[in-house]
Amino acid sequence: MSAKPFLKIDHVDKVFPLGKGKEYVALRDVKLEIRENEIVSIIGHSGCGKSTILNLIAGLDTISNGVILLEDREINAPGPERAVVFQNHSLLPWLTVYQNIEMAVKKVRDDLNPKEVKEHVMKYIELVNLDHAKDKYPGEISGGMKQRVGIARALSIEPKVLLMDEPFGALDSLTRANLQDHLMRIQMQTGNTVIIITHDVDEAVLLSDRVIMMTNGPEATIGEILEVNLPRPRERLTLQHNEEYLRCRGAIVEFLYSKFAKHDD
Amino acid sequence: MLLKTINTVALPTLLFGVLIAVWSTVSIEIPGFPTPMETWNELLVVLSDPLYDNGAGDQGIALQLMSSLKRVFGGFALAIAVGIPVGLLIGMSKMAQTAINPYIQILKPVSPLAWLPLALFVFKDVDMTAIFVIFITSIWPIIINTALGVRSVSEDYLNVAKVLQLSAFEKVFQIILPVAVPFIFTGMRLSLGIAWLVIVAAEMLTGGLGIGFWIWDEYNNLNYSHIIIGIILIGVVGYILDTIMGLIADYFDYRKRGRV
Repeated sequence: MSAKPFLKIDHVDKVFPLGKGKEYVALRDVKLEIRENEIVSIIGHSGCGKSTILNLIAGLDTISNGVILLEDREINAPGPERAVVFQNHSLLPWLTVYQNIEMAVKKVRDDLNPKEVKEHVMKYIELVNLDHAKDKYPGEISGGMKQRVGIARALSIEPKVLLMDEPFGALDSLTRANLQDHLMRIQMQTGNTVIIITHDVDEAVLLSDRVIMMTNGPEATIGEILEVNLPRPRERLTLQHNEEYLRCRGAIVEFLYSKFAKHDD
Repeated sequence: MLLKTINTVALPTLLFGVLIAVWSTVSIEIPGFPTPMETWNELLVVLSDPLYDNGAGDQGIALQLMSSLKRVFGGFALAIAVGIPVGLLIGMSKMAQTAINPYIQILKPVSPLAWLPLALFVFKDVDMTAIFVIFITSIWPIIINTALGVRSVSEDYLNVAKVLQLSAFEKVFQIILPVAVPFIFTGMRLSLGIAWLVIVAAEMLTGGLGIGFWIWDEYNNLNYSHIIIGIILIGVVGYILDTIMGLIADYFDYRKRGRV
């Protein structure tokens, strides 16, 4: 790990008050350092607080104890340098694909003139191969296309960190594979720092440089961190029998289903 | 196909026949009650010269309807101008909701006619009184539905606004209003329906002009067929108003444009 981390999560707790003096400790003493240009995924059972971590980094939720630093600056509110791709895409249904991205670009890049805005928007629409659908409304395109628009919108504001909350969770497995490939290709072009919340073991290994494994809540914290030493670009077909891939996959499965197995109450 | 023809043509025709039969029976049983045929002939007479103007109290049916519509739209416009901002405020601020809601709940069930004497006393003018009564009774659905629309804005859209750091002003115009507009139009449609109901009663009391006055006047003239004509015309105009509002509402509803 380099001396100066890009994003630093330092002894962070998250406590939700339940009323009547009671409280729920969702996260306890979470420590994590993320490098620039790194793809990190956070994996764990449902209820382990992995989405909570993302919301804290995004600034959509407040930290109870500890601090999160992005390039040595404390995070305490949402901001466009930390773009979020939401699980359900959250495109505005009354705007076209183009307008959804344009709205974000116009707000964040007020230095651009109208011609530059148009070029900028089109650049990111082309990045996710959606030129043909730019004038369609979200209701007229498939779930996978919507999520690509969500990614394009997030990238178009050129964030320092791209936060993805189970971005492909609601999609069928073929579409999901397609989007994972898209994401890896785009990240290689743009060099974004990406944090992905997931509950999919293969997705975590395929996409990540490191996989952060969360223990179960309450008082969830980071259990293990796994380095995925696979060269890029990664090819899902050839990885199926790759030793490193199988080792990583095995380690995560071991963590999730043996060490921190979750039994239904 | 045959079944569809029966449903769309035969059944309404049959029902029309039944209605005419009941009406005819009533007109035989009650001496002086206009028969369907008499009413039809009178309707043709009334509609043949809808724009005549023999001074106050004696004008054609179209002029009467127009003056009612003018008052309705006056009060309705006022209700929109006040109701939408108040609804936005209540929807966005818990504090405003707590402060204003009790008054809405108490004033909403008050009959429009209860306001009428007070308004007459204050304004000493028939037109102003009618407009005020329309305003005060038709504003509630607009406020309530606007607030409902604001509250139905999904957390996801608000998170988008937060990440992009939209100002309060940008949030209202780019996120909240597009979601709330269909709700606002639902409120306006209800509101216009109420306004059209209220105007007839209000004009019966204020007199002078308007379709409500006309019906009451014809009652005093023992011209009962005109009362029935008035009822039918009020219904037709109300239906047209509702249809137009529905079309406008659909036009502004992003969900009705082949999306989502």
